[in-house]
Formats: sequence, C-alpha cells, structure tokens
Amino acid sequence: RDFSDNGKKTERIEKILIANRGEIACRIARTAKKLGIRTVAVYSDADRDSLHVASSDEAIRIGPPPPRLSYLNSASIFDAALRSGAQAIHPGYGFLSESADFAQLCEDNGLTFIGPPASAIRDMGDKSASKRIMGAAGVPLVPGYHGDEQDIDKMKLEADQIGYPVLIKPTHGGGGKGMRIVHTPDEFVESFLAAQREAAASFGVDTILLEKYITRPRHIEVQIFGDKHGNVLHLNERDCSVQRRHQKIIEEAPAPNISAEFRAHLGQAAVSAAKAVNYYNAGTVEFIVDTVSGQFYFMEMNTRLQVEHPVTEMIVGQDLVEWQIHVANGDALPLSQSQIPILGHAFEARIYAENVPKGFLPATGVLHHYQVPVSSGVRVETGVREGDTVSMHYDPMIAKLVVQGENRAAALVKLKDSLSNFQVAGLPTNVNFLQKLANHWAFENGNVETHFIDNYKEDLFVDAKNSVSAKEAYEAARRSASLVAACLIEKEHFVSARNPPVGSSLLPVWYASPPFRVHHQAKRSIELEWDNEYDSGGSSKILKLTITYQPDGRYLIETEENGSPVLEVKATYVKDHSFRVEADGVINDVNLAVYSKEQMRHIHIWQGSFHHYFREKLGLEFSEDEESQHKPRSESSAIPQGAVVAPMAGLVVKVLAKNETRVEAGQPVLVLEAMKMEHVVKAPTSGYVNGLQVTVGEQVSDGSVLFNVKDKKNE
Amino acid sequence: IGKKSSWVSSNLLLIRRGLCLGTLPNGGAMEHLITQLQSHVQNVLAGGGPQAVKRNNSRNKLLPRQRIDRLLDPGSSFLELSQLAGHELYEEPLPSGGVVTGIGPVHGRLCMFVANDPTVKGGTYYPITVKKHLRAQEIAAQCKLPCVYLVDSGGAFLPKQADVFPDRENFGRIFYNQAIMSAQGIPQIALVLGSCTAGGAYIPAMADESVMVKGNGTIFLAGPPLVKAATGEEVSAEDLGGAAVHCKTSGVSDYFAQDELHALAIGRDIVKNLHMAGRDVPTNGLQNMNYEYKEPLFDVNELRSIAPTDLKQQFDIREVISRIVDGSEFDEFKKLYGTTLVTGFARIFGQPVGIIGNNGILFNESALKGAHFIEICTQRNIPLVFLQNITGFMVGSRSEANGIAKSGAKMVMAVSCAKVPKITIIVGGSFGAGNYAMCGRAYSPNFMFLWPNARISVMGGAQAAGVLAQIEKGNKKKQGIQWNKEEEEKFKTKVVEAYEREGSPYYSTARLWDDGIIDPADTRKIVGLCISASLNRATENTKYGVFRM
Repeated sequence: RDFSDNGKKTERIEKILIANRGEIACRIARTAKKLGIRTVAVYSDADRDSLHVASSDEAIRIGPPPPRLSYLNSASIFDAALRSGAQAIHPGYGFLSESADFAQLCEDNGLTFIGPPASAIRDMGDKSASKRIMGAAGVPLVPGYHGDEQDIDKMKLEADQIGYPVLIKPTHGGGGKGMRIVHTPDEFVESFLAAQREAAASFGVDTILLEKYITRPRHIEVQIFGDKHGNVLHLNERDCSVQRRHQKIIEEAPAPNISAEFRAHLGQAAVSAAKAVNYYNAGTVEFIVDTVSGQFYFMEMNTRLQVEHPVTEMIVGQDLVEWQIHVANGDALPLSQSQIPILGHAFEARIYAENVPKGFLPATGVLHHYQVPVSSGVRVETGVREGDTVSMHYDPMIAKLVVQGENRAAALVKLKDSLSNFQVAGLPTNVNFLQKLANHWAFENGNVETHFIDNYKEDLFVDAKNSVSAKEAYEAARRSASLVAACLIEKEHFVSARNPPVGSSLLPVWYASPPFRVHHQAKRSIELEWDNEYDSGGSSKILKLTITYQPDGRYLIETEENGSPVLEVKATYVKDHSFRVEADGVINDVNLAVYSKEQMRHIHIWQGSFHHYFREKLGLEFSEDEESQHKPRSESSAIPQGAVVAPMAGLVVKVLAKNETRVEAGQPVLVLEAMKMEHVVKAPTSGYVNGLQVTVGEQVSDGSVLFNVKDKKNE
Repeated sequence: IGKKSSWVSSNLLLIRRGLCLGTLPNGGAMEHLITQLQSHVQNVLAGGGPQAVKRNNSRNKLLPRQRIDRLLDPGSSFLELSQLAGHELYEEPLPSGGVVTGIGPVHGRLCMFVANDPTVKGGTYYPITVKKHLRAQEIAAQCKLPCVYLVDSGGAFLPKQADVFPDRENFGRIFYNQAIMSAQGIPQIALVLGSCTAGGAYIPAMADESVMVKGNGTIFLAGPPLVKAATGEEVSAEDLGGAAVHCKTSGVSDYFAQDELHALAIGRDIVKNLHMAGRDVPTNGLQNMNYEYKEPLFDVNELRSIAPTDLKQQFDIREVISRIVDGSEFDEFKKLYGTTLVTGFARIFGQPVGIIGNNGILFNESALKGAHFIEICTQRNIPLVFLQNITGFMVGSRSEANGIAKSGAKMVMAVSCAKVPKITIIVGGSFGAGNYAMCGRAYSPNFMFLWPNARISVMGGAQAAGVLAQIEKGNKKKQGIQWNKEEEEKFKTKVVEAYEREGSPYYSTARLWDDGIIDPADTRKIVGLCISASLNRATENTKYGVFRM
C-alpha cells in the first residue's frame, strides 16, 4: 500500500516551518527537501549562523537566546509561520513538540501541526492523567501516586506507602529533567522541592508524581504510528536502557535478549495505548521492564518523534519524518502491521559535549575540529559544523551516530569502528566513554539495564589506583606523542616547502627536508603536555621529545625517560588532517587536529582506537619587566582553602544561606541553573559562610569563587 | 652503472651538449677520508667536553648550536662555516676555534650567526677565534646578511694578546666591522647570553639592538675583581653589569629577557621586525623564483667515489657537474676549444649558474676560454661556480713563447673583477697560479670549500723538493761541499713531508684558508645554500682593468 489521500482533494503541504534547532531541524529539512517541500527555519540570536539555519530555504528570527524567549515562545513561532506562508509546523522534539496549547493554536488557525492531535498531547502530557487512561485501557502500570493533591505531607505519606526507593518525577516534560530517586524517607523533602523548581523552570508546570522505583529495570519503548483514518501500528521496539543522569546515551533496535512473544505483547500494549487516546502521527510508548520478574509496565507516552527514532528507521527501512508529513496531509499509513520488517540491528550513540570524569557535566566550547565517520550503514545526524560553538543555552548534544548491521554483533563492530573515527576537538566529549561502553563485555552480551553504567563503573571509569593500566596509559601517550611530533614536523615541512615565509627570496634548499647541517643531523625538541587521568591530582605531565632528522626523511624520536626506547618514525602527509605513519615497521593511518587557543597549541591525535590530546606552549609567558616578574596566579593555586567555586558557568536561581550563617557539611547553599539543569552547590565543610556575593539571577562563570566556608565568624 | 648508462644513452637528454655518462672511475679511498673527517667533526661538536657542557647546562644555558637552532626558522637548514677552525693549531684543543658561525633563515631572512662557545676556554678569543669572527663578518658584509651575535665570552685570550690585539685584522676589527656594516644598513643584533667582558662589551654596545638575559648576561669593561683592585668598590657581577642595570639604567641594552629562551625568542622578533625591503633590493640577484627544479639524474652520493685520492690521476670534472646540477643538464660552452677547462651553463635548485671546472693543465686556449666565459656570466649576472682540480699553467719554452703569462693574466683579471657571486670548491689539487685563475682564497670568492682529498700549495711537494734540492746543491757547490745522494734524498723527503703536511685540507681549514671541508655528497646542497646567500644583495656591474692583449 502506498500513502493514499483517499480521493480527498485537500491542499497538501508545500512549505513547512521547523520549530526547532540543531540536528533534528536539519533532519526534518532533509526529508522535506526530498519531498520537494520548502523549509523555513527559526532561530534565536545565538543560532543565526548555525547549520539548521543554513540547511533551510529561509529562516526567521524568533528572539534572544534563552529558550523561553525563542524556541519556547509559541507566539513568536506562530507569527513566523504566518509571515513565511508555511502551511505546516514541524515541532521536532523537545521545545514545543509536546505543548498541547501550541498544537491547539495551530489547529485553531488552520496551520497543520505535524504531530498528534492536541487532545492526545494533553492526555499523555499529564503523566497522572495518562496513567489513568492507560489503566482503564488495560495497559499494566507501575504502582505509584498520580494524584492532584501535591501537598508535601500528603506526598511524603504516599511515598512511604509505595515503599522506598521511590521515584519523583514531574508530570510534564521528559528527558529525565527534574527526576529524583529517593532512597530513604529523610531525603524526600529536599528532592521533592528541587524537582518542583526544575519542573517549573523547564515546563512551566510543577506537579509531581511518585512511583515505585524498580531496582533492575530495562527501558524498552515502542515506536507507534497512526493515521487520521484510525489505523495504528507499531514499528517494533527500542532498548534505551543505557543511561546516565537519567538520559539515554546508547539506544538500539530491536531490544536484545527478548522473545518474539514478548515483543508482540509489548507492541500490542503500545497500540492499545495509542488507540485509547485516538492517536495519530508518530509516538512512542515507553515501558519499564522489571528484569527480575519479567513484568513490563507502562511508563509514559511521548507524543512526538523521538531523538532515537533513527534506530527504528534503520531496522524498518522507512523515513519516519516522511511518514509524519504524509499523515499530516491526511494520507493513510503505507504499510500494514504484517509488512513491518526487522532488518538486522541498529545502534544509536549520542555524542555529547560533556565532561565525563566530572560526572557528565555539560561542556561548552568551540568545535575546532569535527570529522565524522563516513561508511555504508553509518548515519550521523548532526546540527553542527566544524567551527561552531556549543553554547550553554541549549542541549549539549553534538550528534547522533547511527549504525546498522545484519545482526547485533555486526552492528556493534560498526559502532565501535565508527566511534573510533568520530573526531571532535575543542571541547570534552563522551566519545571515549561511549567506546568503553560499546567494548564492555556485558554490553556485548546485551545485558543492558538502566543501572548499567553504575554497575560497571569500575570498568568504565578511570581507576587511579590501578598502576598497571596507569603505566599502559602512559606508554600509549608517549608513543602517541612521538607520532604527533613526527606528523607536526612533516606537516610543517610540507607547508614551508610550498609557502616559504612571506617576502622571502631564498632558494628552496633552505627549507628542504631534512634540514641541512654540515656533517651532522639537525635535532629539535618538542614539549607536549598530557593530562594524566590516572594522576588523582589531575595534574598534567610534560613529555619532552627530542627529534633527530634522519637523512632519509625519517625521524628518530627519544623521550626524556630513562631506558625508553628510541622510536623511528616515518610520517607521510596525505591531506587535510590525515597522515600515514610508519613506526617500528608498523604502518598506520593517523589523524591529527591542531588548533591554537590561549597561548597553547592543542593537538588531538586519533590512531586506531586511540585518541590522545596534548598541549604545546606557544611562545613564552613573561611579564613586561622584572618588577612584575611573579607569574600570573594560576587558577588552582589561587583558590584559598574552604573556597567553593562554580562547577560550571550558569545562572544563580536560589541562594539558600547568608553570609555569617552557620552551615553543616553538605548543606545546600546555592542552586545554579545551567544547560537547563539545576546544580546544588553544597557547603564542603561545616562552618560559617563568608564572601557570598552572588545574587539570584546573576550569571557566574566556570571556576569563579562563589563563597567560602570558614571555621569562625568574621569579627 | 651499466644499466644507468644504457638508460641515459637511450634518452633524449643525450642531445644536450656535454651531458656526461654516469661512469665511476674510482671509489673506496675517499670513504676512509670522509670517515676520518666526520670523526674530527664529531669531536668538535661536543664543544669543550662533558664537564664544561654540564656546567653550562646547570646555568640554564644552551650550547651555541642549540642556541642557533632556536633562532632559526623551524625545520630550516643551517650552513655552518669552518667547523674545524683551530684544528691542531694550538697545544690545547680549541674545538671550532671557540666560536660557531654560519648562515640560516629567520622569518625567511638569511642571517649570519656568530655564537661564542662558553664551554671552550670560557668563550675567549684566540687569534683563530678572531679570524673566524672576522671571516663571518666579511661574508655578512659581502652578502648583506644581518648579523646576530650570540655573546658569551670572556674577551681576548690574554696569554696570546700579541696575536689577538694589536694588528689590523685583530680584535678591534670586530667593532670596526660592526660600525661599517651598520652604516651600510646591515643590521647588527647582539644577544648577551653570558658574560661580555672588557673588549667584548663593545659587541652589544656597538649593536643596533641588543638583548640581555637576567642573571646570565653581564656587560662590563672590568669585572668585579678588577673593579675591586682598581677602586676598592665591592660589587656583584649582576649589580655591576647585569641585565637590569643595562636595560633600566645605563641603556647599553634594549631588551630585558627573563631567561635564555626568552632572549632567543626576542632575537627572532627583532629579525622579524627588520624592514629591509625599503633599502634592500626589490629585485635582487635571484633570477629564478620558480621553485620547481629537477634533482640530478645521478645519485649525489656517487660524488664520494669520483675523485681519486691520488691527485696524479685525472678525472672528468663533468662527472662532478652531472651530480651537482639540476637534472644533470649542462650546456657546455666552447666544448671543443681549450678542452682542459670545462665551461658551461646549468641550474642549481632552479638558479642559473656558470660552471668552470678543470680537466687538466691550463693552456693558453683554456685560459682565454675561461676569461671569455667569465665575461659572459658577469654581463648576464650569472653566479660562477669554480670546481678546482688544477696543477697549474703549462710551463716550458713553447708555452712561454705563446704568452701563457699573458693568457693567465687575462683569466686572473676576469676572475678578480667579476662582481657576480663566486663559489669555489676544491675537488682535487690546487697548485700554483692555477689556484689564482680558479678563484682561490686570495680572489675573495663568496665561499670556498674543500673536499677531503684536496691539496693546496704553490706547487707539488715532489716538484718543490726537486727545485729546492737543485738550489741547495748549487749553494753547497759554491761552498765547495759535495752533497751525497743519501743526504740529497733526505733533504728532498723533508721538503715533501712539509708540503704534504701544509698542503693538507686540515692544515688549511684549521687556519681558515677556506670555509670548511665538506662531504662531496653535500656539494650540491652547499653550493645551493651559498649561491642563495650570495644573491641576498643587489647586483653590481663588473668593471674590468686593463687586459693585456
């Protein structure tokens, strides 16, 4: 069956306004282009030069960077749609995608909202209401409290009844924002209040629901699709169990280690759920699967196209955005349930700008180097280009890496390979962490569950006490540093041989390789700074390399380390960032990214599955004259004892203590909001607050001193 | 070899006039000479020995060659001069004569570096140190190269003051040269990286710009001990003439460096900021800005096996030319006339050059051909490369009657007056007037290098012994003394031995009669570097003197 318009002679969509940003906006524009539909992007001031704007036929400014004033500003977006003459709005995911009011606004004004009916969004958006509806429709539910009465004492009572651990969750929104797990009754109040605040900030509604917390759960969700003619089908399930901070990082389809029967049950339940709210367009029904009992429970229904939709597309061989547009046009679904295939297996890994060792804190910065793997069966969904900035205003996701293979094992091989070829330099990412995940034996076996990362944290995070792996890490870094030196020198020669210094009228022989010396070989030294993650002090190590140019163009590289072997390296510059390097008879492809920032040359090297990052000082740091000889205070040493610094750049949303007041160790003092997440800044020790100068609404920069905790009150 | 020859013979290049075939007449003995040479060089590269080097490093000071490396453009070449100056010249070893000199690019501009080696006798100036310093300045003046002095010296070596101080070409000439070059717009830059005592104090003081390193750099006319002896004043070296004093109070120095690396970085910046485009030549002598060039068809390493160590054996100089010039392409001029002198046009790293090489004794015709060729090259501003392997001009009544002296004089006149860059490489013998006609040291070639097999003397040792023995015999006869055969042979042997010793390339290079002994395999590169350095100035018209016709 093809999409058919059932003979109705309605006006079809010719122009879509994409009310989103980043990769999903680019993704939607791509399908629209394929269908000959023109696209209108919207942008905040922070996104004027971003890829999603460049990917669309036209673009309209909708406001300043904060989402509330731009991507969540429905009036402004609606106005943009009218100005552009678009017939339809695609909301993407996040932002206004699950705003029933916005969908209603579109419906009321003759604009097609590419998504479910406003009523379904409303039904499913309220988590308590959705559970009631699902319960009535016979879909299994997790024990919990979904009542309207939000009084803190009542909530505490309900929690006690459900039994700990208990999950606290805003009724609106998703993505783990505002979610808290409470293990003991005395933690409940603080968590509840924080969840309320975050919910209010992110979704504008602060109602909270409580649920039994399942200790060994899997997160399995079913992609469903419905048309406006009452047809609903499912496109199989996805396993999204591997999560950090309650956010998914690796998703796969189909879910591993489940039976066909279980799959059919899930699918059936999902279709029932959708039908219960007269659903059409794309949706996802999320289930929590108790791996101990084998039970599954309805969690929530996401009334939008999800981040991880590509894994489903890969295994069913369909373009879900195309389906969305057809359904919005009133067409019937093109396939019947029995026609939905499972074509092998697909993974999606989310590449985030984040600081993994610092507890996955979101990171910001410039993508000085950005090169993604290109291969058949590999798809990279990205909203950024090299040179773009990942700002603190929006989600720090850089890209989604999607791979498909004929079975799970084959897809996993591709995932690992693609991750090692995923090159980002300029800001910290989780690529290395994803590699460790993908290479973990338990993941290879498909033993996924939502506590996966926590269960295997010894394997996934650096253990500073492990001297064997510390030594291995150092050896690998030393070898990488040698290759870096060879490649840098080779590239330098390549450049200077073709572009001699400006104004120079010298014969090329002055810059020939190897550089000429009378009766001896030229030498040079390079010092590379390497962050040793095994050093608990977090200090960096200086690797001193001495390079001797050999007459045949090779480099003899020695490190200033007793008994360290001399490495003979031959580097051939291929193009752009790539080199072919021979070291000790082994020939390898090597990729190098180099950029300069803050008097440092930052060098990233990728070789096989290794990625190393080094810094080289540019020039010398000296003050003007001898009077001011003392070097600028380094950030770390400048921080006095007892001082508390901002863990990241952000906005102060709450100040919970005043100067000179007594605080206990661990007591919350400030709440920062950044990257749409709240971070509680606690007192490191017991004592008196001192030097607290920030106020609510103030922006603080990363590493700035927020306050001190002193033993005594100031006189 | 056979394969290579057949390849060339089947190649179109054969139609080029004078392309020679890759035959190698000799080999073996030269390898030994090169090994010996390299071991001598390895010794001097170690400077004043491990103790002195260690002491130097402990003061956060680099060795002179390392200092120069830090100043040069990364990955660029350095043409070091007279590495073996002072070789077996004094009772004590004086590696490289106590000073490292050479040419290399900084921000794309060639500079002459003169770096004292503080590990060698505290960087003091022996007579040969002065000579090497002056030679570097001479080249700089000739090629208009900015001078960078890396000063770290205790001044004149007092025990030899008579050979260091008073004469025209002695210590004082260094500052005279600085003044004259500065007047000509050739930048003079001093980096004071160590002590700079007494006369040495004038190097930074006379410089256009100078840098001093805190702690290590000192400038004073008299050091603390002498000050105490003279005036009783007790003062530390740093307070007497440290960087702070000279950069803040006295104004003797211009840039204050926190440490040596800082000073070297400032040195690079000073060169970067030189703006010589205005006064320099917009169109200098460089005639080829095309970076495309062909490597020789033949392996340059074969140069090591071409020249025989026995100078009596003649070899075809074209074998050398074909391994020096681009694409082994040599357009020979007047090939059939005066065949003992080979002349012709070629390119080296894209730069057109005129090459003059010896293929035997100079006859009338050869000398006239040489003079003719030099005139052509000066008219066209083509640099000249002399490949010397010459026993001299032809002697004998027929030759004299033909006016060999007159012909030789023409070539000497042409060589002397030619204002194009001249590079001389002695690839074999350099005897008698042949040395003059082929641009020996006295004819101020821009650069002159020797192969390890080279021999320089007024005539061959055996010939000299014969001449001297005859004179001695005559003298003795006048005194009525009979000279027996044995005594005569002993006399002759002594003369031959002296000639052998004094004609050696090491004897020459130790005394700075040349700019260094080179590995024949490096000849192409070194000639290229030398030509490039020589073309750093405006072209000059040649005016000849009176040619005796």
